[in-house]
Amino acid sequence: MTSIVKPPVKHPSLPTNALGLTRRDYEGAMSTLCAGCGHDSITAAIVQAFWELDVPPHRAAKMSGIGCSSKTTAYFMRQSHGFNGVHGRMPALTTGANAANRDLTYIGISGDGDSLSIGLGQFCHAIRRNVNMLYVLENNGVYGLTKGQFSASADVGSTSKKGEANEQPPIDPVLLALSLGATFVARGFSGDKEQLVPMLKAGLRHNGFGFIDVISPCVSFNDHVGSTKSYRYTREHYEALSPVDFVPVRREIRAPQGAGQATSVTMHDGSVVRFRKTGEDYDPTNRDGAYEHVREHERKGEVVTGLLFIDERSRDMHAVNHTAPQPLVELPYESLCPGNAALQTLMDEYR
Amino acid sequence: MSGVNDFAFKMATVNGTGSASANGLLMQAIFRMGIPVTGKNIFPSNIQGLPTWYEVRVSKDGYTARPEEIDLAVALNTSTYAQDVASVRPGGYLLYDATWPLDESLHREDITMLGVPFGGLCVENFEGDRARTLLRNIVYTGTLAALFGIDMDIVSEMLREKFSKKKSLLDANFRAIALGHDYAVKHFTCPLPFHLERMNATADSIVIDGNTASALGCVFAGATVGAWYPITPSTSLMEAYKGFCEQYRKDPVTGERRYAMIQAEDELAAAGMVIGAGWAGARSFTSTAGPGISLMEEFIGLAYYTEVPAVFFDVQRTGPSTGMPTRTQQGDLMAIAYASHGDTKHLALYPANPAECFTMARDAFDLAEHFQTPVFVVSDLDIGMNDWMVPRFTWDDAYRPDRGKVLTAEELEKITKFARYIDVDGDGITARTLPGVSPKGAYFTRGSGHDKNGAYTEDSDAYQEVVDRIARKINGAAAAVPAPEIHRHDDAEVALVSIGGCHAAVLEAVDRLGAQGITADYMRIRGFPFAEAVFDFINEHETVFVVEQNRDAQLRSMLAIETGIPRDHMIPLLDYGGLPLTAQRVVSAVTAHLQGAAV
Repeated sequence: MTSIVKPPVKHPSLPTNALGLTRRDYEGAMSTLCAGCGHDSITAAIVQAFWELDVPPHRAAKMSGIGCSSKTTAYFMRQSHGFNGVHGRMPALTTGANAANRDLTYIGISGDGDSLSIGLGQFCHAIRRNVNMLYVLENNGVYGLTKGQFSASADVGSTSKKGEANEQPPIDPVLLALSLGATFVARGFSGDKEQLVPMLKAGLRHNGFGFIDVISPCVSFNDHVGSTKSYRYTREHYEALSPVDFVPVRREIRAPQGAGQATSVTMHDGSVVRFRKTGEDYDPTNRDGAYEHVREHERKGEVVTGLLFIDERSRDMHAVNHTAPQPLVELPYESLCPGNAALQTLMDEYR
Repeated sequence: MSGVNDFAFKMATVNGTGSASANGLLMQAIFRMGIPVTGKNIFPSNIQGLPTWYEVRVSKDGYTARPEEIDLAVALNTSTYAQDVASVRPGGYLLYDATWPLDESLHREDITMLGVPFGGLCVENFEGDRARTLLRNIVYTGTLAALFGIDMDIVSEMLREKFSKKKSLLDANFRAIALGHDYAVKHFTCPLPFHLERMNATADSIVIDGNTASALGCVFAGATVGAWYPITPSTSLMEAYKGFCEQYRKDPVTGERRYAMIQAEDELAAAGMVIGAGWAGARSFTSTAGPGISLMEEFIGLAYYTEVPAVFFDVQRTGPSTGMPTRTQQGDLMAIAYASHGDTKHLALYPANPAECFTMARDAFDLAEHFQTPVFVVSDLDIGMNDWMVPRFTWDDAYRPDRGKVLTAEELEKITKFARYIDVDGDGITARTLPGVSPKGAYFTRGSGHDKNGAYTEDSDAYQEVVDRIARKINGAAAAVPAPEIHRHDDAEVALVSIGGCHAAVLEAVDRLGAQGITADYMRIRGFPFAEAVFDFINEHETVFVVEQNRDAQLRSMLAIETGIPRDHMIPLLDYGGLPLTAQRVVSAVTAHLQGAAV
């Protein structure tokens, strides 16, 4: 398929990427979310990640369901196709689109209501299929658009704006993803862009389902004292375990500060995710270890962030299906229709 | 009524005992003798141990509707003996297993009881319970071959084809056939008064079920993405698609597949996958039944409103709810026509047999892409799962898919600004773009309120402009969906209207009514929205019967809604017990009405 690069109109003060595009070229419509919403910070990080990865915007597809988080796909990459579907069903749309055209970069944006309640089944099965996409769960523990009901990720004891405490145990999407066999599991915080951008980049390049749970406080309905998804609570209980560097294959791999202590994981396309160790001996390729690590910190009331698990040998849906390397949408009709001669041979079997 | 090459028989067996393959063998042998034949499997929603029947109708005149009279029943299921004995017409025959004496209470004076010790013969000749159970079916096949005069050379040829790789099985089957055949020749007068004589009426025909035919249509139409959730009676459609793709779409060297088939976690996901694939530019489809349609409704509305092509096969079964999963019905007509909340209306095609499943599958993809909307192929269990004799399929190699208005990168370069929902041509169909083609073609697809640019809106006028155009587009499809099949006569006294799987029975009923001096015009509806010709036909007749297989006269309601023709003008002729319609049911209802009785 023809790929048309936007003519590089250079703004004197803005840096450009390898395609000659500025960050502005990766932005979208104005956000209509509340001022201070964590989701807008994530949107900014996504813009940064795509720009840094030099993804041609029209070669990316933005998928979402329903909810505040799902609205954000309109707020980045206006030159990408977007599909804002029905509540909790973004994974199905993405799975189908990816089946049809495997060459696009898919990013799915969802929320805790969209992913962990109405769409829990689809979330789980997209993980099982290892659909090649980046799945960002913007997690605020609350239903914002309907004004403040608890979501399935609300912690026990966390209170609503009206003071009512949640008594049902939360679904932790990170633990769930790990137990389902997810091949890339990370957790971030909307307030830590420095950590989030490289994780987004790694997730985009991951050959399979890249999952990032991003704690993203809701300033209108879940940022009060008593909430465990507020900015304050998250900052106080935040455990930035493994700062990550993502080194795309195109660029020269340069050792970051303290590289002598780093663990590197090579992605399928040759790019490298590098974990800088911060005092802990953490192995991101050990699923059981990752699970235990998250649980251990949870018991201490800490929210672990960072790239928690990655399977370097990940085989995505198409690898398992042995789909042709060329996207199905690009196959000429002649290669799909067996033709009348074959049909007549076949007809003899129905006699 | 029965006679040479004109009779019906049925096998009453227990499901899971291997009778299906023996019954198929019988039907196919008759077909290979050049005699028109149809088989109907009336089976339980169960894996093993419940009653199952297979009805075979032999018709030199080529009638394929379910027979109303059984000339001979093979009673091999003790739990349904009484029912099976009672089902034989007076003067008919019952073939039973005489290994054990038949209960006195089951004797009938007005039929001929033919006893063959099927079980005993198997015990004497074969080792092992499983082999004996399976081969009992082949023994009765041999007996029927003798009673009906089936060409034994053909039977032998078929057994050789079937067991060419398993010599031991071939030998056992040959012995079993001979056991049943020889016993009949020795003890009964063979053949029976109604029997088979070679014809040459099937040379250009095949025997196939509708689901296989639909799947083949998908492959030939160039469908590359299929997503589904297993559900009776549609499962075999996707399995056939996979089988054909493995045959035609798999690289012999690399093993790479030019298709993707996804078994979804539920029907909701299946619908979403199909719509995602359609949005990305693939020809995509799902197959399901009523319960699946219920689950898919939300996504169907999304595809309708965002204008994404997708093809849905609904192989209807008996509803509501779980209903009777292995019985047929036309209970989803309205649910499909107006599926999903809000104002919607959908294109639907109604095949009457597997031949139309094949062509309508192709039409459905063309229509879906042309009109950028979900299209439904509405068949039923009887069409989908039963073996029908239909003309051989052919394919026009000059066919190319109608991809509709899809802008290429080059076309996009020529325009100043792309807007997704602006009606340039005045036909209600707006140009779309596919992701990945050009930054100029990017747009945001949303199920929320949108204006003609695709932008979010809560403005009444901007919203209405889009939904009004969609209504125009869908109504415009009435002229593009398959036209009704109309049979007109001079001075017709009554008119019959029907749809889908009713066709075979109504066609036969028209002939029979004619033989009784009642001339009937007939229209079979093949597409929705209804074409002008549909309104005209109904309007030009005084007495119109609408024949359909559901309780609430759904087709009649749709006709009333869409045409404004008063309901009273259309007399419902309904059959919804779950079995395929018979011609007699139609004839009786029409004659009763004409004699002043209620239908």
